[in-house]
Amino acid sequence: MRVNVTVNGAPQTVDDVWEGESLLYMLRERMGLPGSKNACEQGECGSCTVYLDGVPACSCLVAAGQAEGREVRTVEGLAEGSTGADGRLDPVQEAFVEAGAVQCGFCTPGLVVQSHDLISRVPDPSDAEIREALAGNLCRCTGYEKILDAVRLAARRRAEASA
Amino acid sequence: MATPIRTPGRVAAPGHGGVGDSPLRPDGTLKVSGEFAYASDLWMDGMLWGATLRSPHPRARILSIDVGPALAAPGVHAVLTHEDVPGRKTFGIDHPDDQPVLAVDQVRHQGEPIALVAADHPEIARRALDLIAIEWEVREPVTDARAVLADPVGLAVQPRGGIVRHQPVRVGDVDAVRDGVDVVVAGDYEVGIQDQAFLGPESGLAVPADDGGLDLYVATQWIHNDLKQIAPCLGLEQDQVHMTMAGVGGAFGGREDLSMQIHAGMLALRTGRPVKMSYNRYESFFGHVHRHPAQMRYEYGATRDGILVYADVEIVLDGGAYTSSTENVTGNAASLGVGPYEIPNIRIDAYGVYTNNPPCGAMRGFGAVQACFAYESMMDKLAAACGISPVEVRRRNAVAQGSALATGQVITAPAPMAEMLDRIEAMPLPPALDAADIRDLPGGASQTTHGEGVVRGVGYGIGLKNICFSEGFDDYSTARVRLEVIGGEATALVHTAAAEVGQGLVTVKAQIARTELGVRRVTIAPADNRVGDAGSSSASRQSYMTGGAVKAACEAVRGELLARAAARYGHDDLSVVGGAVVSRAAGVLAPVEEVLGDDAIELTREFHHRPTTRLDPVTGQGDSHTQLALCVHRAVVDVDVELGLVKVVELAAVQDVGKILNRLSLEGQIHGGTAQGLGLALMEEIVVSGGLVRNPSFTDYLIPTILDVPPMRLDILEHPDPDAPYGLRGAGEPPTLSSTPAIVAAVRDATGKALTRVPVRPEHIAG
Repeated sequence: MRVNVTVNGAPQTVDDVWEGESLLYMLRERMGLPGSKNACEQGECGSCTVYLDGVPACSCLVAAGQAEGREVRTVEGLAEGSTGADGRLDPVQEAFVEAGAVQCGFCTPGLVVQSHDLISRVPDPSDAEIREALAGNLCRCTGYEKILDAVRLAARRRAEASA
Repeated sequence: MATPIRTPGRVAAPGHGGVGDSPLRPDGTLKVSGEFAYASDLWMDGMLWGATLRSPHPRARILSIDVGPALAAPGVHAVLTHEDVPGRKTFGIDHPDDQPVLAVDQVRHQGEPIALVAADHPEIARRALDLIAIEWEVREPVTDARAVLADPVGLAVQPRGGIVRHQPVRVGDVDAVRDGVDVVVAGDYEVGIQDQAFLGPESGLAVPADDGGLDLYVATQWIHNDLKQIAPCLGLEQDQVHMTMAGVGGAFGGREDLSMQIHAGMLALRTGRPVKMSYNRYESFFGHVHRHPAQMRYEYGATRDGILVYADVEIVLDGGAYTSSTENVTGNAASLGVGPYEIPNIRIDAYGVYTNNPPCGAMRGFGAVQACFAYESMMDKLAAACGISPVEVRRRNAVAQGSALATGQVITAPAPMAEMLDRIEAMPLPPALDAADIRDLPGGASQTTHGEGVVRGVGYGIGLKNICFSEGFDDYSTARVRLEVIGGEATALVHTAAAEVGQGLVTVKAQIARTELGVRRVTIAPADNRVGDAGSSSASRQSYMTGGAVKAACEAVRGELLARAAARYGHDDLSVVGGAVVSRAAGVLAPVEEVLGDDAIELTREFHHRPTTRLDPVTGQGDSHTQLALCVHRAVVDVDVELGLVKVVELAAVQDVGKILNRLSLEGQIHGGTAQGLGLALMEEIVVSGGLVRNPSFTDYLIPTILDVPPMRLDILEHPDPDAPYGLRGAGEPPTLSSTPAIVAAVRDATGKALTRVPVRPEHIAG
C-alpha cells in the first residue's frame, strides 16, 4: 500500500508498505529514520516514542497505515536545522549529553521525545512529575538518576532561554 | 561491494578533559539525535532478512526436517540446516565443541536454533519458518539441578556428564571446630534466573566480501573471541572475516556468547547477498544466556561476639543445556563464596550442572552475585543471633589489606572495608515516611494504601568482586595510537578492538590520550579486527586493561616524539606540557606540531595484568584474582506488609574505585549496577517450568522503571591500587552484588520475614 505522511515537517509518500508493518518499521526500514528504536516492539519500553500529531506515541503500536495523512515528529526532527554535527541540538538533547544521562543510548531517543513533551507541557516539573511522565520508558544502564538530572537541567535551560 | 549505509564511523573527541576530569561522551551527540548506528540500524541496498527457527521443546530428538515448502515460498532465498554449516558444526565461548551451530539430531533447551531462512522481508522470513516441518520425539526434560548432582550419570544432559564443574575450597578443619562454637546459624537460599535485558536486540549485518570472506557488523563484547568461533564454522580463516563493532545497545554479559553471528554469515555466504538479522524481544530472551539460578546451603559457626569460626557452604548453579561460561562462573562462586570476611575454617563446594533449562552464562557480577545474596543474608542472621548490629558483625569479620581470602590469596592492595562500613553507617537517613503524596507510597498511584500498614526498614549489604579475568587467564589488551598534525593541530587517533557497550570507554580512551600526549584533539577509531585483541568488555576490566594499553601506547608515542625532539634540539630533559615539548633546563622548545612536522608517529602496545593461577582442584587455593573490589549499600524501604508491596526509598552506596577517571561516567556505572541489583531483589526473574520459559517479554519480565529506582546517594573513595593503571579499580560490577542483599535485608527489617529467595515476591511478604 501507499502511505502519505508528514515526517519532521516534510510531506512524504511511501510505497510498497505491507499492511502489517508498524509505523516504527516504516520509519526505520523504509524512510531512513532509524533513530526511533526497536527494543521491545510491544509498547512496554518507550524506545520508539515519536510525536504523532503532537502527542507522544509508541510507534511500534501504530500501524503504518494509521499514519496516513498525519504528522510524525521523530528524534531526528527535534534539533534545529539538520541533525548531527552541523545542526543545533534541542535543549533536551543537550541536557541528556551534559548530565550523563546517555550510556548505551538505546533508550535515549524515546526518553528525549518523552521529556521534550513533558517540559513543553510542564515547564518546571517536580521529580514526581518527571518520574510519572517517564514511567513508560525503560532504561537498563543508568538507574535513571542522570535522566532526572537531564530533565531538570533541560527545564532550567528552557526557562532561562524564555526569561 | 558497496559499503553499508549507517556503519559505525570515527568519533571525534575535540576539546579538553584528561584523566580525572568529566568530559562528555564523544558519541553523545550522535546518540541523542538518533544518528548513532546501532547494530539493528544497519541497512544496505539489496539486503535480505534472516530469521531463525527455534525449538519449542526443552528436550527432544529430531527425526526429520523438511525445508522444501519453506524454500518454495515466494521471496525466500535460502533455508539452511546443520547440513549447510560450511565448516565446524559446533562452537562455544570456552570450548569449541560446546554447542551446535544448528541442532543436528536433538535439542537440549527451548529456543535452541534449528534452521535459518533468508527472505526479502522479515515477515516473509518469519512465515517461512512456519513452513519448515520437523518430526519430533519429545523427551522428558531434566530440570532439577540438585537431582543432577545426586545422579550426574543417569540425568546427564550432555555426553560429557551432568556436572560442568565442581570447585571445592578447603581451609582449616570445619568438622574439628564445629562442636566447639557458641553460635551456629544456617540457611538455604535461592536466586532466580535474571536476564541482562539490554535494550538493543541481538542484531547484525553480514556482507559477502570481495576476497571470498565476510564483512560482519555486529554488537558484541569481544570481537576477537567471536572471530575464533565464527571463522571455523564458516569454513574461513580468521583473516577472511572482517569484523566491525556496530553500535551496542547494552550488554551486561549477554553479548559474550555468540547469537546471530555465524547464522547471518552462513546466509550471506549462501545467497551472495548482504543479510541482516535482528531479534525481537521474544527471541532475545532465547537468543542469549542468562544469570545462573542458584540453590545455596550455608552454615556458619561463630563466637558469641560474632567472630566467625567456620563456614560450611554448598552452591549449586544451574548452567542449563550448554557449558557457556559456567566453569568460570562456578569458579567465582567458589572463590568468592564467603565474601569479604576472614574465616579460619572453610568448606565450600560450588557446582555448575547441566539441565534442559535455559543456558546460563555471563551476567554483570558473574557468579559473585548469587553467593553475595547468601553470605550477606547469613551475616544478618549471625548479627541477630549474637545481638549485635548488622554493620558491627561485618566490621568484626571484615577483610583489610593483607587479609587472606578463602582461596588463600592475600589482598595486597587497599581494601578499606572498615572505613566503608563506618561511612555508610554515618550517612544521614532519608526523612521519615510522608504519606502526603500517594506516589511516594508502596503501590504508588495504584492507591493501594494511604499509609496504613506501611512499615519502614533499613538493611545493609557488601560485596566482593574480582576485576579482570581470573584463574590464570592472560586477558591482555592492545592499543594502536597515531599522533599526527591534522588541520594544523596535533591529533591522536586511538584504535582498539574493545567494545564500547555504553560504559564510557570511548570517553576514557580519549581522556588517557589527552593526559599522556598533551593533545586536545583525539579521534576514536571504530573497534574492529584490524588491530590486536582487546579482550572482553566484561569483568569490569576495560578501564584497567584497554585503559592500560592506551596508556602504554601513548607513552611509547610520547617517548618517540621526545626522542625526535632530543635529537633536534640537543636536550634530553624533555616532557610534553600544554601541547609543547619542554626542557627542564631550557623551557619551551617547540609546539608538538612543530616537532612532528609532516610525520606521523604510530605505535601499538599490549598491556597484560599480573599473572594469576588456577584454583587447586581439591583445595581451591590459589592467587586466582587480578584485582578485588568492594561496594557497600544501605537500603531504606517502605513495605506495605498487608499487600507485600515494596517501595525502595533510598539506596546509599560507598565504593572504593582506586582512582576516579571520569566521575560522571563512574556515577552512572554505580547507579546502573545498583538498579540491576534492585531488579534482582524485587522484580526480575525468568520463570521456567518444565524447561519452558513462561515470561519472555517486557510485559511479563519486569525490569525497574524510573518509578521503582529511588534516589541514590554515593560516596566514592580513592585508595589507589599500585598495580593498576592510574591506581584505578574496576567499578561496573561491585554495586550489582551488594544492592540486592541490602534491599532484602531492609525488607526483612520491616517485615520480620525470613525471605530466603530473590526476587522477593509479594506473597513472600504477605503470605
